[in-house]
Amino acid sequence: MQGGIGLGLLKGLGVTLKAMLKPAMTVQYPHVKPDLPARTRGVIALKQENCTVCYKCARECPDWCIYIDAHKESHEPASGGRARSAKILDRFAIDYSLCMYCGICVEVCPFDALFWSPEFEYAEYGVGELLHEKERLEEWTYTVLPPPALEVGAEPAEEAS
Amino acid sequence: MILALAHTGQSVVNDWFSNVWLVVIIKAVAVLGFFLVAPLMVGYMEHKVLAHMQSRVGPMEAGGFHGWAQLVADGVKFIQKEDIIPAAADRSVFSLAPAVSMIPYIVVMVVIPFSPTVFALNLDVGIFFVMAMGSVSVIGVLMAGWSSANKFSLIGALRAAAQLIAYELPLVLAAAAVVMQSGQLSLIGITEEQQGLWNIVRPWQLIGFFIFLIASLAELTRPPFDMPVADSEIIFGAYTEYTGLKFAFFLLAEYGGIVALSAVMSVLYLGGYKGLPFIPLPAPIWMAGKITALSFLVIWLRATFPRLREDQLQRFSWLVLIPLSLLQIMVVATVKVASK
Repeated sequence: MQGGIGLGLLKGLGVTLKAMLKPAMTVQYPHVKPDLPARTRGVIALKQENCTVCYKCARECPDWCIYIDAHKESHEPASGGRARSAKILDRFAIDYSLCMYCGICVEVCPFDALFWSPEFEYAEYGVGELLHEKERLEEWTYTVLPPPALEVGAEPAEEAS
Repeated sequence: MILALAHTGQSVVNDWFSNVWLVVIIKAVAVLGFFLVAPLMVGYMEHKVLAHMQSRVGPMEAGGFHGWAQLVADGVKFIQKEDIIPAAADRSVFSLAPAVSMIPYIVVMVVIPFSPTVFALNLDVGIFFVMAMGSVSVIGVLMAGWSSANKFSLIGALRAAAQLIAYELPLVLAAAAVVMQSGQLSLIGITEEQQGLWNIVRPWQLIGFFIFLIASLAELTRPPFDMPVADSEIIFGAYTEYTGLKFAFFLLAEYGGIVALSAVMSVLYLGGYKGLPFIPLPAPIWMAGKITALSFLVIWLRATFPRLREDQLQRFSWLVLIPLSLLQIMVVATVKVASK
């Protein structure tokens, strides 16, 4: 055993003592809300007025957890002309027991109808209650945060023409 | 040196009551009460100290204020668990093992003095009695492992027995050096001998303090010497098959052992209930403070050092600690003869 063996042991003791004297970094969750980073993925919100029922999100979802029912209605315009048809959303449900929070549906939606929200406290006692219908998905839109600021020196975002 | 036995006399309880049986009952209840409360406090301190040393917070919910009732809750949990004895186990030995492990440390508390008048018994053979009781608890581990009808328990028990036997020797030899220093075996006498100068300040006893500390850690199978109960390696060694109250008694024996051996260390090396002259506190507070400080040191060592392997353990004891403690005895003998 070399002479240096004692010094290492004492340094180790110093490290643990210093760690004890610094405040612990634990966030005690139920009493203190966690400090979530920007763009945290908690729950997916649906803005119904933007949805054109293109079915892209349902098709791209790897887990097939989005259920969409819709029908077409045609209206005659008052000023005459061809009847315009519109798709009406009957049912839009996301099954959060299947959802894996990959975000592909949000990325692929061409009409910005799906948004990420940082809310995560929606645990239920029954797995069937994890199926959120469009009314509940609309409610989640009130918790969606504005997009975070661009970094310094980034190119400004394109504007839709 | 004049033996300091003469003025210590009777325990304060003997002064209050003349009925012998009442005195015995009061002392037994007091010792048992201390043994049931102090390990819980040390256990709570361990939870919190280990947590903060690892940048966590430890128990916070049980009891409302920083989880002070966590160990009480654990005790209740253990009491309500089913008592399982493996079918192939030796029932009577299996059931007796926790008692054999725990009772020696309760009995050690009987001879610890908290002040010149607050103690249960002032045995003339105090430190000899303590060492003997420490040896009895070794049998408890062997009984636990062997009666469990489980290969891993047996391996854990044999490792534990080898380790405890190996570290009994430095423990006894270091204590023998203190006995030589003070010329008597009585714990109160050893404390009184340190009037004016605690043993640890004397360089030839300082090395003995470290030997005794390391040997006590190994006696209690505390990290870094916890190979017999290494929970990541052989489940829980000799105690694998234990559940409920029996398991709780093994844990109580471990923490009770920490309190008991910290008390013995503070009597032998830190001047027991003798305080520093410039801090006026009652003697039992000094004793409690020293026990707490030594328990903190034991916990600090657990948080810092990784486990020693079984062969490293044995090598350390037989090739380092025992020769060192024999050398220390020779030095103490020389010093005592030279100072006459």
